Amino acid sequence: MIKNNRLTAEEYEKNFSDIHPPFDNETAAIVEANRCLFCYDAPCIKGCPTSIDIPKFIKQITTQNVKGSAHTIFVSNIFGAGCSKVCPVEKLCEGNCVYNLLEEKPIEIARLQRYASEMAMANNWQMFERKPDNGKKVAIVGAGPAGLSCAHVLSREGVEVTIFEKEEKAGGLMTYGIAAYKVTPEFCANEVNYITGIGGIHIEYEKSLGKDFTVAELQTQYDAVFLGMGVGLARQLDIPGEDLEGVEDAITFIYNLRSKELPAIAVGDRVAVIGMGMTAIDAATQAKRLGANEVTMLYRRTQSEMPCTQHEMDIALLDGCEIIWLAAPKEIKGVDGKVTTLVCSKMKLGDADASGRRSPVDTGETFTLAVDMVIKAAGQMPFFDIVEQNNLQHKNGKINIDATGGTNLAGVYAGGDAVNGGKEVVNAVQAGKDAAASILQYMGLV
Amino acid sequence: MADISSNFLGIKSPNPFWLASAPPTDKKINVLRAFEAGWGGVVWKTLGSQVKNVSSRYSAVNYGGHKVMGFNNIELISDRPLDINLKEIRECIKLFPDRAMVVSLMADNDKNSWHELIKKVEDTGAHGFELNFGCPHGMTERGMGAAVGQDPEIAAMVVEWVMEAATIPVITKLTPNVHSVVPTAKAVAKAGSNGLSLINTIQSITGVDLDTFVPNPYVAGKSVYGGYCGPAVKPIALKMLTSIAQNPETNRLPISGIGGVSNWKDAVEFLLLGASNVQVCTAAMTHGFRIVEDMCEGLNNWMDEKGFKILEDFIGKSVPAITHWEDLDINYHHVANINQDKCIHCGLCYIACEDTSHQSISLQPGQPYNIYTIKEEECVGCNLCQLVCPVNECITMVEQRVAPEYINWVEWQKRGLPLNDH
Repeated sequence: MIKNNRLTAEEYEKNFSDIHPPFDNETAAIVEANRCLFCYDAPCIKGCPTSIDIPKFIKQITTQNVKGSAHTIFVSNIFGAGCSKVCPVEKLCEGNCVYNLLEEKPIEIARLQRYASEMAMANNWQMFERKPDNGKKVAIVGAGPAGLSCAHVLSREGVEVTIFEKEEKAGGLMTYGIAAYKVTPEFCANEVNYITGIGGIHIEYEKSLGKDFTVAELQTQYDAVFLGMGVGLARQLDIPGEDLEGVEDAITFIYNLRSKELPAIAVGDRVAVIGMGMTAIDAATQAKRLGANEVTMLYRRTQSEMPCTQHEMDIALLDGCEIIWLAAPKEIKGVDGKVTTLVCSKMKLGDADASGRRSPVDTGETFTLAVDMVIKAAGQMPFFDIVEQNNLQHKNGKINIDATGGTNLAGVYAGGDAVNGGKEVVNAVQAGKDAAASILQYMGLV
Repeated sequence: MADISSNFLGIKSPNPFWLASAPPTDKKINVLRAFEAGWGGVVWKTLGSQVKNVSSRYSAVNYGGHKVMGFNNIELISDRPLDINLKEIRECIKLFPDRAMVVSLMADNDKNSWHELIKKVEDTGAHGFELNFGCPHGMTERGMGAAVGQDPEIAAMVVEWVMEAATIPVITKLTPNVHSVVPTAKAVAKAGSNGLSLINTIQSITGVDLDTFVPNPYVAGKSVYGGYCGPAVKPIALKMLTSIAQNPETNRLPISGIGGVSNWKDAVEFLLLGASNVQVCTAAMTHGFRIVEDMCEGLNNWMDEKGFKILEDFIGKSVPAITHWEDLDINYHHVANINQDKCIHCGLCYIACEDTSHQSISLQPGQPYNIYTIKEEECVGCNLCQLVCPVNECITMVEQRVAPEYINWVEWQKRGLPLNDH
């Protein structure tokens, strides 16, 4: 049965508390920071899409120059605080830490980054002074990591930025698409306020591209445009029974989790989650933490092809989620319009596909799972229609850009998930920075 | 199992680890705890005329997350009444007759004061004296401590007074606050001192409080120079020890080594460079008396491994290895080698060599790990890369002699051999 309010207030609080607790005192942070070897041309930096000078900011923690440390982080990544909570660091900076080669625990880079950046946010240390207004105006679509990162760089240079955001809050996937035990709504709001605290960034909420305005209109009203609206639509399974009550997509499930009170969120007794990406993990673990009795994750390939990291999978396993490999949904059956059964095809691995991963091939055999809820986390689709309607060149809805981040439209740049189809927050931040640099050049400011 | 018992001027102790004259040896309760923990002996904190200490008294230098790499103090000699000290010394000797009990002295600057103090202390049954000619603060202003040790003539005069009265062995403790410890050592040896100990603490300021702008340690908005000790001073102590151990006029006296001894390895180094035993203070003050357990066990295991039966088998063994620069072999050459199987690609060797040494390491860019290799033809064999490498035995120095025969700088010049061309 799908129902809400399954837990006590204490249980909700415990299940959704911070999964990566911060250093709660200076001594602990300094002890960890002192472990850092201060590598030259450090592998951790090369693992960071925004190239934060990690050894430098860690060294600055040891010298108790936390303000300098936060500056080192934010100068490369204005979402440094949020990234410290949501980045899959085990495959980025921490995964490259040379201590791994000594079979020694890598430096807790994310936790140290959180230490310095949260202290800066808590004290509202504004690290950057905006240059005088230069009369240039840029429109940005989407107040997510790509859009805000782009906006911050532009504003620093004295550009006046207007961001159009379709939701009622800024932050994009940080605010609406990531597990609640990683970032809280309060944190996301604080981070947005900290970023926009530089001034010169105006956000127009509940304004959607395609509904309220067009790219062509922005082109006439602004000196340049950045499109960072991400992806939104959940990929459909295209199988019978997808419209039954109890079938939900992970994006909507997590969006509700992040925008409503936890006890209001309904979950089934036995939940199947389709997919093995980060979003699938976030959906599965949170379904379990909301009180589902059984959560089973299904993936059509094997562990070696899964998109999530081992660390993320371990979170799901430790939460008690089951994983069935080489299983693809074939049909969802129901009684009285409600989900009762998921029929799956048993798969085997065939030849490598375009992504280099081996393709799953149907063996013809099936099995069934008794479930009352199916959460689809098989990836997200770009805003195909919007892109098409605005005459943007694209590939399957993903906007085409050149080396400068420019689209086929004059003065229109794009980056983040809207271009790459869905990567990490930190990739979007870098795309925003890169596009900002190109926009400044385009407007003749550098 | 080796015999680590020590005999210093006839003063016997079950091991060569004594606690130096300092706060840990100021009271019976501390000394009994030290003996219970296994320390071989103590040098009781300096006795003399009545003084008064201030608050605070200590400050430290921390480094890279390690506390108390260096330590300084502005304490004076014992501020407890002499009678109480003498009574407690007697009691400690009675309770632990197998341990060494040496008493540090600093009488007022007249013969009678010294004679009187010596008589009183000998009555306790103490095994020896250590003359405090080294204390660098507080007592110097009164013409005592380092003020005596810094002037060989005055030091010799006081030692002569002491030797007139003393019937037990006398050790003279030397101050490092001189350009060379040898002149005072020679003078006191000539004046009859039975043994030497060194080093006392080094005048220092450990740091300044960046909020109050007052240096450490803080005493009501002021500070004074303190005596520096702890691990940071060990290299200075070893050098001064060696200069005494190599001098024919001073090396006939047994030496008690002091200065940053923190573990059995440090102690072995002091013994190899000519000390007959060692005295410890800062390490005990930062970790408690229990550290002596590993000091004894580590020393014992090392001696077994090397085949040494008694301490005398290796005391002074490394002294001849310290020579004059002019005697070093110029044909000796070694170059660094990086073991690629052990390398973790941190690049510390590269940046140290590239920025501050001889640009002898090449960087082959990698994602994410660069490969670092030695340019042997450029390497001068300075050791810097090996010193900064965080992985044990990853970088080794491989001998590549320029020529088989020994040749020193003097001979090199005489023969007009080529100098560096870069």
